[in-house]
Amino acid sequence: MTNSLLARFAENIFWLARYMERAENLARIIDIAETHARDEAGGQDWKAVLEMNSDVKRFTEMHGEIAPGNVIYFYLLNRDNPNSIVSSVTYARENARSLRHLISTEMWSHLNVFQTWLTGLRRRDVTAKKLAGICGRIKQECQAHTGITEGTLYQDQGACFYWIGKSVERLDQATRLIDIGYRQSLLLGPDRDKDSHWNALLRFASGYQAYRRTHRVNMRPAEVVRFLAFDGNFPRSLLTSVETAQRHVRRLEDGFGIESGREALGILDEIRSRFLETDIQAVLDTDLHGYLDEIQRRLQDCTVALGKRCFGHLE
Amino acid sequence: MGKIVRRLDKLNVKTLRKRAQAAERELFNLGITFTVYSDANAIDRILPFDVVPRILSKKDWETIDSGVRQRVAAINLFLHDVYHDQKILKDGVVPKDLVLGNANYCKRMAGVDLPGGTYVHICGTDIVRGTDGRFKVLEDNARTPSGVSYVIENRHLMLRTFPDLMDKIGIRRVSDYGLRLHQALAQVAPVGVDEGDAQVVLLSPGVFNSAYFEHVFLAREMGVPLVEGRDLIVQDDQVFMKTTGGVERVHVIYRRIDDAFLDPKAFRKDSMLGVPGIFAAYAKGNVTLANAVGTGIADDKAVYAYMPRIIRYYLDEDAILENVETHICREPEGLAYTLQNLSKLVVKPVGESGGYGVLIGPRSNAASLEKRHKELLANPKNYIAQPMVNLSVCPTLTPSGLDPRHVDLRPFAVTGRSTWVLPGGLTRVALTKGSLIVNSSQGGGTKDTWVLDK
Repeated sequence: MTNSLLARFAENIFWLARYMERAENLARIIDIAETHARDEAGGQDWKAVLEMNSDVKRFTEMHGEIAPGNVIYFYLLNRDNPNSIVSSVTYARENARSLRHLISTEMWSHLNVFQTWLTGLRRRDVTAKKLAGICGRIKQECQAHTGITEGTLYQDQGACFYWIGKSVERLDQATRLIDIGYRQSLLLGPDRDKDSHWNALLRFASGYQAYRRTHRVNMRPAEVVRFLAFDGNFPRSLLTSVETAQRHVRRLEDGFGIESGREALGILDEIRSRFLETDIQAVLDTDLHGYLDEIQRRLQDCTVALGKRCFGHLE
Repeated sequence: MGKIVRRLDKLNVKTLRKRAQAAERELFNLGITFTVYSDANAIDRILPFDVVPRILSKKDWETIDSGVRQRVAAINLFLHDVYHDQKILKDGVVPKDLVLGNANYCKRMAGVDLPGGTYVHICGTDIVRGTDGRFKVLEDNARTPSGVSYVIENRHLMLRTFPDLMDKIGIRRVSDYGLRLHQALAQVAPVGVDEGDAQVVLLSPGVFNSAYFEHVFLAREMGVPLVEGRDLIVQDDQVFMKTTGGVERVHVIYRRIDDAFLDPKAFRKDSMLGVPGIFAAYAKGNVTLANAVGTGIADDKAVYAYMPRIIRYYLDEDAILENVETHICREPEGLAYTLQNLSKLVVKPVGESGGYGVLIGPRSNAASLEKRHKELLANPKNYIAQPMVNLSVCPTLTPSGLDPRHVDLRPFAVTGRSTWVLPGGLTRVALTKGSLIVNSSQGGGTKDTWVLDK
């Protein structure tokens, strides 16, 4: 018996992972943005969240004024917004539905129940008072999904595509977060505000406690960015994510004789080398946005290469 | 049997309801559902499940099992014959025009040889029990019979929700269906392909098909890829699937797509679900399709009437399972009888399935009888008529407690080189009081079916 994987399923499982990761990141961001909006030094900035996701234009067309309630609705429950959490989880479930015979029953059943709960939420369920609880639950469900996957998904090439998708999405989300976070910090005045800003940014990425443990009292921008981007022990850093992706693309060939990932691997290798060569202070002094933009472009190329070579997209 | 009744007796209706609710919630959470599309929304519905099992004795089952195997053997011989020498037509046992003039007769299949001579690899035989206790065949489903996933999932559900009821009863297992099916399909791989090397796939119309859950279930239970038409290509009259590592040969396809949509080059040109060129590969013997193309001629409601004679013709045996007495309206005497006794008969269109277009005479008003009378005169060939069969009943959990409801039974027979019948089958139950229609599209539900091993 062969254990080959249909190109369409490879793509389905890649996107299943991406959508779930996207939902988790968004829940994280909404949660922290809302919490810090009520912090004395925080200064609510929903516009930054919209910018982070390049959604300002679409949002204003749909909702007009950037009011907290609207942004929350837009990102949590608006099914017309393809980037909303409910949309992401629904797409994830649709992909999982195609994959039901390949993924574990537990994965499917959990996602099915989660999506049913999410689509049952209404505007009144996501008011400021209830928001932290809802975002917490979404985050937990996404994490439960990851845990169930890790514990039950058969580790064949399908699983490789899952982890590739997950790491690519993490890379994508982390570059956005760093980009917008740094840009916002430049607009702030006194140092105290800046500290609180970096503090929030680290929390967005679930990196606050690890950062505190490994760094001295001062929040130095270059240190925070270096941590989020290049700390090899931080599970959500750019470096960790690219290395995870590399490992699983390599496993396609080493473990299953699938050579079609080579082009994508070339791109990931190149991204990682660039990370290792980067002098972060020099980048901050010149053009961080341009630097991150280039990473995003290469990630795009990587997804396109996977599409052409592994998912059977036409050239 | 007595043990089961005593145990059931101890569970009061409230407990049964509570467990039934838990069971239905589990079905929903596991996504054992079919999807109903309305406007912009897709709604997942479960097939109603009744927790009171239907029980078949060992002796009952022996009759059904041997009767179904006999019938499947005759059907396969009949199909091979009508697509080759047509002896049965030449001998006048079945009217020539009934077969050759039938919309389900597929000319392209003439002369095509199939591994093992097997046409109907998966057969669902709908069986009812009359008030006299005898089992009778209501119809054969020799195209793409569905429902087997519910048989197995219902059992799993019962094992989880009623362990106390089932303990040490001795119920024949159903869980090896996937393995048996995979083995049978591998046995009929194209000539030259070793059974152990046969790449089997399940071809589904996709996630929007209402039976998609069953396709997933079968692919999972067999451990084979679940493909759609767009995943397959035909090169040099061989079928391949598109994988991450390039294209890979496919030998056996369990297809859940109707003949008409299978190949836009051979059949309906507008089919987006099929695989262009697959029929040519099939006709050359390079791929096995299960079920074969053109099996619709065997489960045609008009051919059904001849089934006892078909069995005798090929096997020289009497039918173990009787037919329901059938009047063929294409024949003058059948039509005359039907018109005279319309209010006592069940009149079915021959081309329909799913219980659509069925007129139940004794329960119809004058207007519908009159309408069918006209339809019969206008197009007699389209109908057969049968007496009302008083379907047997089973105790069923209803809003007013345990009540009798009508049931039927669809055992599933799997045929590679030989035939195996899954012990039990799908028991469908008409949940509406007095209703005889058990189809899921019209308010039917299902029950777990227990075949006792002693």
